[in-house]
Amino acid sequence: MTEKIQKEENLALEVRHVTKRFPGVIANDDVSFSLKKGEIHALLGENGAGKSTLMNVVYGLYAQDEGEFLIDNKVVEINGPSDAINYGIGMVHQHFMLVPVFTVAENMILGSEVTKGTSLDLRRAKKEILEISEAYGLKVDPDALVENLPVGVQQRVEILKALYRNANILVLDEPTAVLTPQEAEDLFDVMRELTQKGVSIIFITHKLKEILNVADRVTVMRRGKVVGHTKPSETDAQGLATMMVGRDVLLQVEKTPAKPKEVVLEVNHLKINDERDIEVVKNVSFNVRAGEILGIAGIQGNGQTELIEALTGLRDAKSGEIHLSGEIIPFEKPRYLVEHGMGHVPEDRHKHGLVLAYNLADNTVLNTYYQKPFASKMMVRNDQAVLSNAIELIKRFDVRSPGAHVAAGTLSGGNQQKVIVAREFSRPLKVLIANQPTRGLDVGSIEYIHKEIIKMRDDGVGVIVISAELDEILSLSDRIAIMFRGEIVTIIDAESATREQLGLWMAGANPEMA
Amino acid sequence: MENTNTLPTVTPQQLFFKRWTTTIMVALGIIAITIWQYMLDPQATEAVLASTVRSSTPLVLGALCGLMGERSGVINIGIEGQMLMGAFIGFLANVWTGNLLFSVFAAVFSGAIMGLLLAYMSVTLKMDQIIGGTVINILALGLTGYFYQVGLTTDGKMQSISLGFLADIPIIGPALFNNPPITYATFVLVFLIHYILFHTKWGLRSRSVGEHPRAADTLGVNVFKVRYINVIAGGAIAGLAGAFLTLEAVGSFERAMTNGRGFVALAVMIFGKFTPFGAWGAALLFGFANAIQTQLQFADIQVPHQFIGMFPYILTIIVLSGFVGRTHIPAADGVPYEKE
Repeated sequence: MTEKIQKEENLALEVRHVTKRFPGVIANDDVSFSLKKGEIHALLGENGAGKSTLMNVVYGLYAQDEGEFLIDNKVVEINGPSDAINYGIGMVHQHFMLVPVFTVAENMILGSEVTKGTSLDLRRAKKEILEISEAYGLKVDPDALVENLPVGVQQRVEILKALYRNANILVLDEPTAVLTPQEAEDLFDVMRELTQKGVSIIFITHKLKEILNVADRVTVMRRGKVVGHTKPSETDAQGLATMMVGRDVLLQVEKTPAKPKEVVLEVNHLKINDERDIEVVKNVSFNVRAGEILGIAGIQGNGQTELIEALTGLRDAKSGEIHLSGEIIPFEKPRYLVEHGMGHVPEDRHKHGLVLAYNLADNTVLNTYYQKPFASKMMVRNDQAVLSNAIELIKRFDVRSPGAHVAAGTLSGGNQQKVIVAREFSRPLKVLIANQPTRGLDVGSIEYIHKEIIKMRDDGVGVIVISAELDEILSLSDRIAIMFRGEIVTIIDAESATREQLGLWMAGANPEMA
Repeated sequence: MENTNTLPTVTPQQLFFKRWTTTIMVALGIIAITIWQYMLDPQATEAVLASTVRSSTPLVLGALCGLMGERSGVINIGIEGQMLMGAFIGFLANVWTGNLLFSVFAAVFSGAIMGLLLAYMSVTLKMDQIIGGTVINILALGLTGYFYQVGLTTDGKMQSISLGFLADIPIIGPALFNNPPITYATFVLVFLIHYILFHTKWGLRSRSVGEHPRAADTLGVNVFKVRYINVIAGGAIAGLAGAFLTLEAVGSFERAMTNGRGFVALAVMIFGKFTPFGAWGAALLFGFANAIQTQLQFADIQVPHQFIGMFPYILTIIVLSGFVGRTHIPAADGVPYEKE
C-alpha cells in the first residue's frame, strides 16, 4: 500500500491548460491531465475529440497556443520532436512512422544514429537493438525490411523505437485499430510488462472494452475539452460511453427474433483465386434468407475479402455460382447487381465506398446517377433531383455536414460511413452486404449503423455482415458462418454461440471435435 | 489490409541478384565485345573507350545531381538548366580571369545557386516540382542566351593528366587514367556519393526524408534542411557538369550547348535505379553507344549515316523499356512536405 501512495505523488507528465487552435476550430480547449509514473492512462473520446491533437502537441509536432507541460514536476519547453525525445517521451502514431524500404535497424536508429567515424555503425546498432528487444521481450529481426513485416510486428518496432531512445513516457495512438483481437491481447500484455519496468503509458482509444481491460485511469475528452476523469474500477462500459458521447448510448443491439422467409442469396461451390493465383476461397456454399442476418466471422486474410468481392461484382471466380433471388448472377458486373437489388457497404470506405473529392450529392448517386430521376433520357444530369435527394438523405440518415455541397473527404469517418449507408440503404434492396460496417467508428456512430442494419433486416432484406470484431458479429447476427483458410468451417445459430467457441473455430479448431 | 504471419521474406542476396542480374549481363556483354574488338583493332577500340568515358562524364554528373534531390524527395528536372548555367558562368569566369580553377568554382557555385532556387520553389513555396524545374530550364536558357556575346575567347581548357604507369594498362588504361581533372573528380564523386547515401548518418536521413518525411520529422530530422542541402549540393554537381563542357571538353560556349544532356541524365538516373554506381554504369552504356555510333560513321558500311546515328537512341528505348525492370522510386518523391 505504501508503495501505491508514493506513486500517487510521482507524476511523469502533467499537461496544464493546453489550448490548440486550427483555423476555424479549437482542437484542444483548456485541456489538463496528469500521468502518474508506471500507470496506463487511457485518453478516451470519439473521433475528432482532440485526443491525437493533444498528443501531437505533447510530442512537439504541433505548437500549443496556450498552456504548459511539466515533466517530473518541472516546467519544460517542447519545441519539436527532438525535445520530446530528450525528455523521454516516445510516441507510436496511429499510422506507423516507419520507412517501409528500410530495415528494422535503420528505422530504429534514424535520427539518433550510432556512428563510427563518419560511417553508420550498423553492427553496434543491431547489438543494441537485440539487447533492448531481449530486455523487454519484444522479438524483432534487425535485418528484416519493414515492408515485409506484418502490422503487429511493425507496431512492435515502433514501440522498440521509442524504448531505444530511452522513452519512459510512451504515447500509443489508437494502437489496436490495425490489430486482430489476438494481436491486441498481446499488445496489452506488452503494455502491462512495460509499466512493470517503470514506463508510463498514455493509451488513446475509443474502444471501451480495452479501457476496462487495461487502463489504470481514464481521462475522457469530448469536442476538444476534458469532460471528466475516472477509473475502470469506478465505472463500466455504459458509464464510459455516456461520458464520451454526452448522452445515453445503447451498447447492446436491441432486436427481436428474426423471421426468415425465402432464400434470396445462394452461393454454390464457389472457388476464387487471388492475384497470386492461389486459391483463397475453397468450395464455399451457403445461403441467406430474406429477413435474417448472416454474420461471417474470421480472422482477416482467410478469404472473406475475396468472397465479398466476388459477391459484389468486383472479382471473378474460378468456379461455382451465385443466385440472387433465384437467378444466376454474372461475375464482375456490379451494375447488374445494383439494378437487381444488392447493396454493398465496402470494407475500405475510402477506396471503394466514396469518391473523396466529390461532394456529398454526387456521392449519393454514384451507382444510380444514370437512372431517373437523376438523369434524363438524353443523359443530361438533373442537378435539382440529385441535390434534393441528397438533402433528404442527409436529414434522414443524420449525416453531420455543413451541406450537400461539401467534399466527402472533409467529413469524419463516422459521417462518411453514414453517407455510404444512406446511398445503399435508400435503394430498394433484396440483399445487403455490410463489410466491416463500423470499423474505426465511435460508439455513437456504431449504435446508429447497427440500428439501421437491424431495420433493413426487419424490412425483409437478407443481410450479410462481415466483421473482425467478434462482439459485432455476435450482437447483430441471427446465424454465424466461421471462415478459416478459405473454407466455411461451420454455420451455427447465433443464439447458441459463445465468444470462446467462435474464437477457437476462427483459429482453426475442428467443430466436430467440440 | 493484409494480415498473414507468413509473408515471404527475401534475403539480401536474392534481392541483389534480382536487381542487378540484367545490369551485370549487359556489362559482361560489352566487355566481351570490347576485348574482341581490341584484338582486331587496338587503336580504334581505345579511341572508342576514351570517347565513352568522355561523353558519359556530364551524364554521370547530371544523374548524381538528380539522385541527390530525388533521394530526398525533390524531383529535379532542372538539371539541364543548372548545367547550362554552370557552363556559361564557368566560361565567362575563364574569359575574364583566365584562371581555370577559379572558373570551375564559379561554375559549381552558379549551379548551387540554381539548386537553391529550385529548393526554395519546391521546399519552401511547395510549388509543383515539375514546373519549378521547368522554370530553372527556361531561366537558364534565357539568361545565358541573352548575355552571351559571340566572339569571346579563352586562353585554353583543362588538359589531360596521365597517371603514370596506370595509363599504360592495355585497353582501359588510356580511357580511365589519362583524363582531365573534372573527369577524375567524377570518378571520385560516384564513390563519395555512394558512401554518403548508404553509409553515413546524412545519407540515412536523406533517404528517410525521400521515403517518409513525416517519420523522419517525428524523430527530430529537419526535413526542410535535409532537402535544401541535398538539392543545393545536387545543383553544384550539375554546375560541375557544365564546367566539364566549357572548361574541359569544348573550351568555349554556345547557346543551349547542353543539348538535352540534363534530360538524358534523368534517364540515366532512373536506369541506374537511383544509385550512383547504377547511374555510372548507365552513363557508360549511353556513352559507349554514342562512341560506337561515331566510330561506325567512319567505317565503310553501306548504311545511311542517319541510321547509324540512331543507334544510341534505339539502345535507350530498348534498355529503358525492356531491361530496367521495376525501379523503386522514393515514395515521397515530388511531394512537398507540410508540417501541420
